[in-house]
Amino acid sequence: MTPALTPIVLVWLGAWTLNIALTSLDLPFSRVLTPIIFGATILLLWEMACRIFEIPPVILPPPSRIAVSFTQNTSILWTDFVQTILKGALTGWMIGATAAIVTAVAIDRSPFLQRGLLPIGNFVAALPIVGIAPILVMWFGFDWQSKAAVVVVMVFFPILVNMVAGLAATDAMQRDQMATWAAPYWQSLWKLRMPAAMPFLFNGLKITSTLALIGAIVAEFFGSPTKGMGFRISTAVGRLDLPLVWAEILVAAIAGSLFYGIVALIEKKVTFWHPSQRK
Amino acid sequence: MDRYVPVAVVLLVILMIWYLGAIGMNAQWVRDQAARADETMSALEFTKRTLTLDRPVLPAPHQVALGLWDGIAGQKITSKRSLVYHGWVTLSATLAGFAIGSLAGILLAIGIVHNRAMDQSVMPWAVASQTVPILAIAPMVIVVFASAGITGLMPKAVIAAWLSFFPVLVGMVKGLRTPDAMQLDLMRSWSASASQVFWRLRLPSSMPYLFTSLKVAVAAALVGTIVGELPAGATSGLGARLLSGSYYGQTVQIWSALFAAAALAAILVMIIGMIERTTLHRMGLAR
Repeated sequence: MTPALTPIVLVWLGAWTLNIALTSLDLPFSRVLTPIIFGATILLLWEMACRIFEIPPVILPPPSRIAVSFTQNTSILWTDFVQTILKGALTGWMIGATAAIVTAVAIDRSPFLQRGLLPIGNFVAALPIVGIAPILVMWFGFDWQSKAAVVVVMVFFPILVNMVAGLAATDAMQRDQMATWAAPYWQSLWKLRMPAAMPFLFNGLKITSTLALIGAIVAEFFGSPTKGMGFRISTAVGRLDLPLVWAEILVAAIAGSLFYGIVALIEKKVTFWHPSQRK
Repeated sequence: MDRYVPVAVVLLVILMIWYLGAIGMNAQWVRDQAARADETMSALEFTKRTLTLDRPVLPAPHQVALGLWDGIAGQKITSKRSLVYHGWVTLSATLAGFAIGSLAGILLAIGIVHNRAMDQSVMPWAVASQTVPILAIAPMVIVVFASAGITGLMPKAVIAAWLSFFPVLVGMVKGLRTPDAMQLDLMRSWSASASQVFWRLRLPSSMPYLFTSLKVAVAAALVGTIVGELPAGATSGLGARLLSGSYYGQTVQIWSALFAAAALAAILVMIIGMIERTTLHRMGLAR
C-alpha cells in the first residue's frame, strides 16, 4: 500500500467502526446519525483524495471548491433554477399530472378503453421518452415551453397507469355499499374511489418528481435560451469550469430532494389513513 | 381475442390521429410553397404533398416506417447511415452498463441484508442518489473520462450502470428479505450456516423480485446510454443520431432513431421476461 493511501484508509476505517458501534448500541438518534456520518465520510475522503493525489480540478474538483463556486455564482444558479425547475419542470409536471388524472377518470368509465389503452400506456412508460425532446424543441421553440412539453409527455404515462390502478382499488363490497346508499356515479367517485386512489396517485407523483427534473434538463441539450441548468452544464463543461458544473448538480440534487420531500409530505397529509403511513 | 381487439382499435385510432396531425402540421408549409409557385391544387394533391415532404414538421407514419426500413435493411451494416450500426453502439454500452449496475445492485443488497451498519448508512444515500438527476451529469462524466483518456463505450456504460443499479438494489433487498421468520427458524432448526441460509433460502426466494427489477433496470440503462450520447460530440449511437437529426432538421431521421430506440427497449424487456419465465418455471416458482 502506498503511504499516500494510508490516511484515507484510516479515516474510512475509523468512520466505519464508529458506524458499526452506533448501530450495535442502537441509540434513539443512531438511525439519523449513521447516514450523516456515512455521507460526511464520503465528502471527507473525496476532499482528501483530491488533495493527496493532486487530482486536477478539471477532472474532479474537491467539495470545498464546489462550495466556493456555489457561493460565488448564486445569482447564475438562481436564474437557472427559475428557468429550468420552476418554469420548465414544475409547470410541465403540473400540466402532465392534471391531464393524466383527468384521462384516468375518463378511461375509468370505459372498460374497452382500459383494456386497449393500459397495455399501450405501460409499454410507452418503459420507452426512452426523453428521445422526443428534439422534436418538441423544434415544435415549441427554445424557451421553457418546449421543456415543459417534454416533461408533460414524460410524466403523463406513469401517473396515468398508477391512477387507473388506484381507481380500480376499491373492492366490490365497498362499491356495493355506495350503491345501496343510492350514491350517483360522481358521488361514489368523489367520496369513495378518489380517496382510495390517492396512495397509488402519490406513488406516481413521487416517481415522476425526479423524472420531471431530468426531462427539463435533458431537453435543454437540444437547444435553449442562454440560461437554464442544462444550458449552463453543457457550456461550463465546454469551458472546463467543472466546479460550476458540480454546483449546478448540487442545485439539481437539492431541488430534486426537496421536490420529492414536498410531495411525500403532502402524501402524508392526504393519505394519513393508509396502513403505510401509520406509526 | 378479448385482449387484442381493444389494443388494436386504440392503435388504429392513434395511427389515424397521427395522419390527421401530420396533414394539419405540415399544411402551412405546403400552402406557402403553393402560394409562392402561384398554383392551385385539389384537396387530394394537397394531402398527398403534406404526407411526402422531405423535412416535415411531423412525418407521416409511413415515412417513419420507410426511414426505419432504409436505416435497417437499406444500408450496409458498417455504414454510418445504418441504424443497425448505431443501434449496436448503443446496445453494447447499454448491456455493459446494465451488467455492471445490476451486479453492483445485487452485491450491495446482499451487504445491506447481512450487515446492520450498512443497511442504516448506505440505504438512505442510495435513495438520495436517485434524486440527483444523473442524466444532468452525463456530459460531465463523458468529459471527465475523456480527459482521463477513456472514450467510447465505458463512459456511457457508467451512466447506464448508475441508472440501473437502484431498481435492482431496492428489488433485491426486498426479495432477500421475503423469507418470513418461520422459514428462517426452520433453517436455524436444521442448524444451517449463514451461507447456507443465503444460497438455499434467501437467494431462491428473491428471484421473482430480481427479475421484475431487472426489467426496469434494462430500460433505465438504455435511457442512460442514449442521453450519454447526446452531449460531448458523440458521433455514433442512437442518441447521436437524435442530436444530429435535430441540428440538421432531419425529422425523419429523429423519428426513426426514436422508434429504433423504442424497439430496442421493448426487445430487451421481452428477453428478460423470457429468461424470467424459464428460470422461474424450472425453479418451480412460476405462477
